[in-house]
Amino acid sequence: MADAVAPREDASTAAVLGRQEEGAMLGISRTSRYVAHAILMLGILIVAFPIYYTFVASTHTLQTILRPPLPLLPGGEFWENYSTALFGGIGRIGGVDVWTLLFNTTVVALAIAIGKIVISILSAYAIVFFRFPFRMTFFWLIFITLMLPVEVRIMPTYKVMVDLNLIDTYTGLTLPLMASATATLLFRQFFLTIPGELVEAARIDGAGPWRFFKDILLPLSKTNIAALFVILFIYGWTQYLWPLLMTNSNDMNTIVIALRKMISFADADTEWHLVMVTSMLAIVPPILVVVLMQRWFVKGLVETEK
Amino acid sequence: MTPRVVFPNKFLPYLLLAPQLAITLVFFYWPASQALYQSVLKEDPFGLRSRFVGLDNFRRVLADPNYLNSVEVTAIFSTATAFFSMAIALLLAVMADKVIRGRGFYRTLMIWPYAVAPAIAGMLWIFLFNPSIGSLAYLLRWVGISWDPLLNGPQAMVMVVSAAAWKQISYNFLFFVAGLQAIPKSLIEAAAIDGARPTKRFWTIVFPLLAPTTFFLLVINTTYAFFDTFGIIHAVTGGGPGKATETLVFKVYSDGALNQLLGDSAAQSVILMIIVIALTAVQFRYVERKVHYG
Repeated sequence: MADAVAPREDASTAAVLGRQEEGAMLGISRTSRYVAHAILMLGILIVAFPIYYTFVASTHTLQTILRPPLPLLPGGEFWENYSTALFGGIGRIGGVDVWTLLFNTTVVALAIAIGKIVISILSAYAIVFFRFPFRMTFFWLIFITLMLPVEVRIMPTYKVMVDLNLIDTYTGLTLPLMASATATLLFRQFFLTIPGELVEAARIDGAGPWRFFKDILLPLSKTNIAALFVILFIYGWTQYLWPLLMTNSNDMNTIVIALRKMISFADADTEWHLVMVTSMLAIVPPILVVVLMQRWFVKGLVETEK
Repeated sequence: MTPRVVFPNKFLPYLLLAPQLAITLVFFYWPASQALYQSVLKEDPFGLRSRFVGLDNFRRVLADPNYLNSVEVTAIFSTATAFFSMAIALLLAVMADKVIRGRGFYRTLMIWPYAVAPAIAGMLWIFLFNPSIGSLAYLLRWVGISWDPLLNGPQAMVMVVSAAAWKQISYNFLFFVAGLQAIPKSLIEAAAIDGARPTKRFWTIVFPLLAPTTFFLLVINTTYAFFDTFGIIHAVTGGGPGKATETLVFKVYSDGALNQLLGDSAAQSVILMIIVIALTAVQFRYVERKVHYG
């Protein structure tokens, strides 16, 4: 199923010519292509508009925002608003500045992504390249966790965290989210495609399990790791229910949780222009990761299937 | 497949598996078993002792009109979210398959919402549709709709559904594009030579051949609407107004974390687990079928 996914490159002339021919064959007329472009533009408008409008709002004064409709073009308060939010805004969100929030969120996202990849690649390695008693039992033990998302076992998991004193710690925010079957299954599937001759050759050359893992398996898995990293980084960055339960103290908040608090604690005097700046700060890093690592992201997404 | 070449090592594999197994046991199996255990217990009002009550919690939960309401809300919410996000994504994917130039450009702009946290998507919607300052709310009033999602249940539902569906368009779009590319062009060309018009070609050839993708996405979107949209509901409506947007997951949270009804919350967790297991089973049967044909 994987190879069906490889995104077509539109750059090469040959491809364009080929497709024009194909279009002619299918009777896709010039008009219908214009219609297609129009519909896509409309789609982009729907998909990108809320994000664009947030940016627009983040460059206007509070007064402008409070008197709808908001202009469709950015205003002149960009520097003013952003520097207030970034440098002058201590205490705005329960005494925590934006840097702490961004730092927390980055730590959480990176720890979950890296932790998950390390843990899963090791266990997939054990399951595919070794034979030992209870191998399949362990495999199933891991596999079944696919069926237990945090959301269905909220309260008991919370209680475990309280008992282990993990509330308001980075460990509590990240560790429980690191074990999941998805990444392990992906690596297992990939390892199974590695020919046995390779292992044999490595063994004849005297490479032990560690050598084989480091010099052969890891380099081969690079693409998979990159793809998973993007997906897991987004997964970590966008967590909501878990940090909501795991943090009492404001300086352990992630930016998503803090934003929610900024809106809910005030009605008339919500500082919308700063809320919008903070929203941009919460949205832009993951969007950059997705857009810049698009190739791996799309490949990983369509292959992991979850 | 021939037996794999493996490393002879007795101790190492356990060491490699240890981290994942440890986390899985502590954070998955232990809490899940606690949920099962608590679901058959009843605590006294002070939480000092609890006694075995069998399936009483389940009986009470399933007879509770509030629970049945949230079942209904979840059904409406997931169906609408899955339908709209998939329909829009399919339309856009079909269009993207037609154009020659600019596919990369469209895709780059189309994947943005995937990176936006559901809760933030919800907050953007509050900003756009808030009755007092939202520009789109202003627009709605301007065309004569009396818009107040804070008081009007169905309008609140429209708002959370549109935020949830919006966020999922990217994901569905990428899968539909991949699915469309996997359809052999020769089949469509053959139909074109036989004189089938584009619309007819779509419904009689492309759409049926996309069925595996569509079905897969249906399962994924249902799971998404069930579980991942907690952030949207929590940020946008908090389950209200009344209980108009209280989904099953939101109810587990509010009964357990806010109202401390541990037995009820545990019983609801167990019911949710059964739902997830059913969904996952469906999904894997489908995957097996695909492997079989592919």
